[in-house]
Amino acid sequence: MRIGVIAIQGDVSEHVDALARALEERGRLADIVTIKHKGIVPQCDALVLPGGESTTLGRLLVREGIADEIRQMHLSGKPIMGTCAGLILLARGGDEQVRKTHQHLLGIMDTKVNRNAFGRQRESFETELGLPFLDSPYSAVFIRAPGIVECGGDVKVLASIDDMVVAAEQGNLLALAFHPELTRDSRVHQYFLDKLF
Amino acid sequence: MELEKLRHGTELIKRGFAKMQKGGVIMDVTTPEQARIAEEAGAVAVMALQAVPADIRKAGGVARMADPQIIADIIDTVTIPVMAKARIGHFVEAEILQALGVDMVDESEVLTPADHKYHIEKTDFTVPFVCGARNLGEALRRINEGAAMIRTKGEAGTGDVSEAVKHMKQIMGEVRALRGMTREEMTRVAREIEAPIELVLETAQMQRLPVVNFAAGGVATPADAALMMRLGADGVFVGSGIFKAEIPEKMATAIVEAVNNYDNPEVLAEISKGIGAGMKGISVDTIPQEQVLQTRGW
Repeated sequence: MRIGVIAIQGDVSEHVDALARALEERGRLADIVTIKHKGIVPQCDALVLPGGESTTLGRLLVREGIADEIRQMHLSGKPIMGTCAGLILLARGGDEQVRKTHQHLLGIMDTKVNRNAFGRQRESFETELGLPFLDSPYSAVFIRAPGIVECGGDVKVLASIDDMVVAAEQGNLLALAFHPELTRDSRVHQYFLDKLF
Repeated sequence: MELEKLRHGTELIKRGFAKMQKGGVIMDVTTPEQARIAEEAGAVAVMALQAVPADIRKAGGVARMADPQIIADIIDTVTIPVMAKARIGHFVEAEILQALGVDMVDESEVLTPADHKYHIEKTDFTVPFVCGARNLGEALRRINEGAAMIRTKGEAGTGDVSEAVKHMKQIMGEVRALRGMTREEMTRVAREIEAPIELVLETAQMQRLPVVNFAAGGVATPADAALMMRLGADGVFVGSGIFKAEIPEKMATAIVEAVNNYDNPEVLAEISKGIGAGMKGISVDTIPQEQVLQTRGW
């Protein structure tokens, strides 16, 4: 098994470390590869889109020719997780902010997103979040976080804050507005691995 | 969800913000139009300024925080994070920047220091800070004051990358030298470099600075940016290098692509073709000692 982490920009090493811990805790083995150029995504069995700046990531995914590879991967039903910027990139549509920057979206998840749903950096926060697949709350870190404002019928909402959906899944896709890779708690990554093994 | 259950401005959130910038290029801009060009080129953030360092250097006099109107206009223009500079020790400028909604404050030697003894007590703020450093001691002192990100000082506004190279190698070398040291030896190092022992131990254990570490000060071309990445920088600040170049749009895009391809000389060669001349610049050797910026702060 091979798990790819898109490594164009953002907190890549944190995801690599979190995946390694989750594999160990689940007693599974897999290669973890970081991806900056085209040609590698098709060789992966699962993919992570990390946190970073979605405007930048979107542009470079297209420029490097990786965006189409991810769309192909999705069609084959392989697990893909997007955190924060990754949640935005997975979406099919965005708000005013997303449109005004001609944000490149992968458009593979039936969601519409709000780019900075919770405000600027000074409004960034940590909170305890209940997730249906965990038996106790998860300490979630939201950094200039996006939110999902509209979900299609196939999208399952996993968690919301006020009216904003902050965790959702649709088949093989898992989208999170927070950063499970920034804490030592690898339960969310373990849940993602369960889609693979 | 009740708002009081949300915790703001924790170390995890501040350092986490800096981690989201990794592998990216942060560009100095002085107008909303420049900010748009930077965002379009793929910058991860912009640094809103009254004047780029090369012009600050030329103008002389006292350099202060930018006009809040300029910063507010830039915030309204782009979706990527906006950073801005406060003078060393000027905690009120930093408070004003935080009130404006700036995403990160750069307590910067490019501006004229407001306090010659103390840096800003950065743990008091909700917003994260980035600070310049020339060596490990300076970096760890800033982190101890609450900096969530470090950048090399280099020599801003020169287009001469040599000081950034020197500072990056210095910090990397000092981190490497900690490997294999006993606690007793690290206690001595902590005393010598005037840094807290806890941070020295953490650095030794992680074999890197405990926060994100960018290169800054004199980066002017795609090759300069790639060089700093090769030396171990987590990302790059480009100050005067973009908007003092002949064709800013091309230079900005090329530097972003160079950071993503820093280890591939063939691609770097392609990226560097036909992008116009870099900023004219000024060799660091020819700057009179009293005009050197990097010695500000301690």
